Amino acid sequence: MDPLLIFIQGLNGLQLGVMLFLMAAGLTLVFGVMNLINLAHGSLYMMGAYLAATVQQRTGSFLLAVLLAIPLTTMLGMLVEVTALRRLYKRDHLDQVLATFALILFFNELVRIVWGPQAYFMAVPELFSGYFSILPGVSYPIFRLVIIGVGLAVALLLYLIVSRTRLGMLIRAGATNREMVGALGVNIQLLYTVVFGLGAALAGLAGIMAGPILSVEVGMGESIIILTFVVIVIGGIGSIRGALIASMLVGLADTFGRVLLPPALASMVIYVLMAGVLCWRPQGLFPAYG
Amino acid sequence: MLEVREIQTFYGGSQILFGMNFAVHAGEMVSLLGRNGMGKTTTVRSIMGLTPARAGAVYLDGIDITRAPPFRIAQSGVSLAPEDRQVFPTLTVRENLVATAARNHHGAAHDAWTIDRVMELFPILRHRQNHLGSQLSGGEQQMVAIGRALMTNPRLLILDEATEGLAPLVRREIWRCLNCLKESGLSILIIDKSVEVLMRIADRHYIVEKGRVVWSGGSHELAAHPEVLREYLGV
Ligand SMILES: Nc1ncnc2c1ncn2[C@@H]1O[C@H](COP(=O)(O)OP(=O)(O)OP(=O)(O)O)[C@@H](O)[C@H]1O
Ligand SMILES: [Mg+2]
Repeated sequence: MDPLLIFIQGLNGLQLGVMLFLMAAGLTLVFGVMNLINLAHGSLYMMGAYLAATVQQRTGSFLLAVLLAIPLTTMLGMLVEVTALRRLYKRDHLDQVLATFALILFFNELVRIVWGPQAYFMAVPELFSGYFSILPGVSYPIFRLVIIGVGLAVALLLYLIVSRTRLGMLIRAGATNREMVGALGVNIQLLYTVVFGLGAALAGLAGIMAGPILSVEVGMGESIIILTFVVIVIGGIGSIRGALIASMLVGLADTFGRVLLPPALASMVIYVLMAGVLCWRPQGLFPAYG
Repeated sequence: MLEVREIQTFYGGSQILFGMNFAVHAGEMVSLLGRNGMGKTTTVRSIMGLTPARAGAVYLDGIDITRAPPFRIAQSGVSLAPEDRQVFPTLTVRENLVATAARNHHGAAHDAWTIDRVMELFPILRHRQNHLGSQLSGGEQQMVAIGRALMTNPRLLILDEATEGLAPLVRREIWRCLNCLKESGLSILIIDKSVEVLMRIADRHYIVEKGRVVWSGGSHELAAHPEVLREYLGV
């Protein structure tokens, strides 16, 4: 294979990986800290995309779309946590899967009612349109490079939050001993809502960035949520670092699988990867807690 | 300061406390004594709101906290070093101390607990700052649990089996620190099996038998009634 093609596909894989990371970070925190399986995490991604598409269409500004859609998705996530998900923490995983699957149906229907069944296409923002020539004769869409950059910056920021701040310490402490964190004066319920809001913000951001490269449509959340679950299982549930590494692995494996293998095999690559990792390390690459 | 009045507490259908009654006044060190399984830890859980009492009431400075959530009770100035220590295993010593630190006690800022003051109290911890909770010895974990409780700047400190399972030297070190805390005027509710030490440093004692108080009195009275110790504690 042409080394240039490998390089370009590598960037594509990285870009997919970064999107997966934005999704996986929130999902793995919610799973690791609150022990909640939230299938509807993809719905927040979809809502982020729709909200951004709407703002961009009305105002013509991508920046404004980002600035409005992220806080709106965050608030939506917190609202869902307070009204619905909070009741599920003590339930078993099957109940959680059923209830959050219902949320997916709810959000898909809501989107059909509000936005109609047709797909939306977001324009690539003016500033980031066009191509950047990485090497002489090799150019790559600037917007995709921006996605990679934003994703890596968010990864660094999240790492700092979880490892260096009081919020991060409480997140880690709460994941192992919720009762003691409460007995030492921390409002765990509020902490959970904040963590959920943080996850929603990242999912919204991923949705917004996906807008200009994929189509904004009902069901877009489901196609990414499956990959996201694969990522957090490979990375080790609850681990941000694991989510980052696994996102990149899955992004690259999926992209190269599609280039190198016949379609029937290509769609299996990441599952084979997951099975392989789990045989080797049943808790995932970086088991975060106990 | 703390008043526990006729509380009855259950785990599911089984009743553990049958009208516990006692009080801790400001600046006092009060002990709960009793054999295994008599309901001392359950009493602590009811005070903290972890297993709220179904009947009776717990008052903190006259305010009913019986059904308040644990975090509110902690914020109003009660802090717990729990049985089994329960240090956060994935946090470092330093993180264990700062994660839940707070200025709940509205006293002067200069006597607030800080990391440095905790390290002065337990010098060993200074060398363990960056070790994870799971990497500590039992004694070190106990020191972290006490330090962590102090970092919330409580008015009332509750210690449940703070010297349980520790080597004699470490035990002595913990007792020395608890004595310092008492001298500083902190109100303390303590549960421990070392009756002789408690008779020296605690002010008053309550003996718990099957979920209620069967004897109470000061250290001198307890010393004067060895038959009480023999009957209820088997010592
Ligand atoms: N979570 C629980 N569910 C049901 N029963 C419990 C639970 N925790 C404790 N018990 C029971 O409640 C009774 C009182 O227990 P508790 O821990 O309060 O005793 P204790 O006085 O602290 O004893 P120890 O000296 O062993 O710490 C015991 O019979 C115990 O078996
Ligand atoms: Mg006990």
